[in-house]
Amino acid sequence: MNDKKIFLIKDKKYIIAGLVVFIALFTFPFWYNSGKAAPGPEIKLTEKAKAAKECVMPTAYMRAEHMQLLDIWRHSVVRNSDNTYVNPSGKAFTMSLSNTCLDCHSNKADFCDKCHDYASVRPYCFDCHIDNPKEIK
Amino acid sequence: MNVKYMYSLLAVIALFLLAYLGVEAAGLELLFGIIIPYVAVAAFVAGVVYRVMGWARSAVPFRIPSTCGQQKSLPWIKPNKFDNPFTPGAVVVRMILEVCCFRSLFRNTRNFIQEGKIAYQLEIWLWVAALAFHYAFLTVIVRHMRLFTEPVPALIKLVETVDSFFRFEILTDTIRVGVPGLYMSGLVLLAAVAFLFIRRIVIPHVKYISLPADFFPLFLIFGIAFTGILMRYFSKVNIRAAKELTLGLVSFHPTIPQGIGVVFYVHLFFVCILLAYFPFSKLMHMGGVFLSPTRNLPGNSRAVRHVNPWNYPVEVHTYEEYEEEFREKMIEAGLPVEKE
Repeated sequence: MNDKKIFLIKDKKYIIAGLVVFIALFTFPFWYNSGKAAPGPEIKLTEKAKAAKECVMPTAYMRAEHMQLLDIWRHSVVRNSDNTYVNPSGKAFTMSLSNTCLDCHSNKADFCDKCHDYASVRPYCFDCHIDNPKEIK
Repeated sequence: MNVKYMYSLLAVIALFLLAYLGVEAAGLELLFGIIIPYVAVAAFVAGVVYRVMGWARSAVPFRIPSTCGQQKSLPWIKPNKFDNPFTPGAVVVRMILEVCCFRSLFRNTRNFIQEGKIAYQLEIWLWVAALAFHYAFLTVIVRHMRLFTEPVPALIKLVETVDSFFRFEILTDTIRVGVPGLYMSGLVLLAAVAFLFIRRIVIPHVKYISLPADFFPLFLIFGIAFTGILMRYFSKVNIRAAKELTLGLVSFHPTIPQGIGVVFYVHLFFVCILLAYFPFSKLMHMGGVFLSPTRNLPGNSRAVRHVNPWNYPVEVHTYEEYEEEFREKMIEAGLPVEKE
């Protein structure tokens, strides 16, 4: 009888150990950040971008859909060899990441990367479009 | 119409409306973004501890492992080491296989009458869907850690990369899918939940035993996956602001950034409900599987004597003691005794 009681207590130890491991895993984000507040990054606009005031589309749209827009641009240029984009207000742009987007937003590290790093997004755009190279015409 | 799933569906719709209207109409971002998440996490941790300790306190009087193979017996009979474990080590292996591969579910069979005889058929689809569901959910949880850590650990980035390995891209004037990169786990999760739900309403005897408590988590998880997919691919939320909120929560500097988008709050509220509901529902099988006496005990009752721990200490008066006490009287009465 005493043996059995000891055995039960021993089992309880395993259960508590398992519980502790589970709670440690579950609360991983709480102790990983160790109470440090990490406010979202502030992106910097270049003087040229500030002067232009508006991007090809309104800021809210660009913030949410810029990747979609770039995808459509690529599709349009590569598949349909149409490289002129006309936005709803009638302004025409050349569809080019290097020559149009990165022309104003030439500060990739302070503009693109900041949010991408923060949100752990790794777009493959810059696999080719490295450090704002100008396309050779 | 079946009240069992209609109630669950209505409950989830009510929860959706609560979060949607609470944030959109009443402006209760503070409640839905900070207070409820903290309460839900506290309820989850406290609930899990409470349930597990409750199970730990329950004594296990008998060895009741389900024996799925030949027990260790005579030396020339081959025992099935892991399906009928004899040692704690074999139990550990059996538990790992059970937790990671759902072997008991794999054994699920369907029986029917064929040519007047009973026949069994392997019923594999539940096992496949359950496996897909659990692993997809695990992947989803792990890759969500990118919103709860700064900097993001490499392992989590790796999971994300693997999850978005296949690039599905559909680009027409109306349907635009593929950017941001499609996560497999989200789609698998949604499909598996849909399968688990359809199974419950299509198979008559499964439908018969299904209760609102079976449907509610399915609808809730469907809601979570659906709002998640909606946020990522369709009605896009501000991810920077979303991470600011989630990081604020886990670093105990809660903030409510502006302009996240109401879908985020609905998603968060659904997750909070799931967390708070978890310990007090069937979902607690997550902890229960480790504490099932049918799984976690070695089947060694023939070799080891197990005494019920709460056996009352019975006063035993053996025949020897009896004879010792009454020997003289027995001899006087002419009764036979063992010792003179």
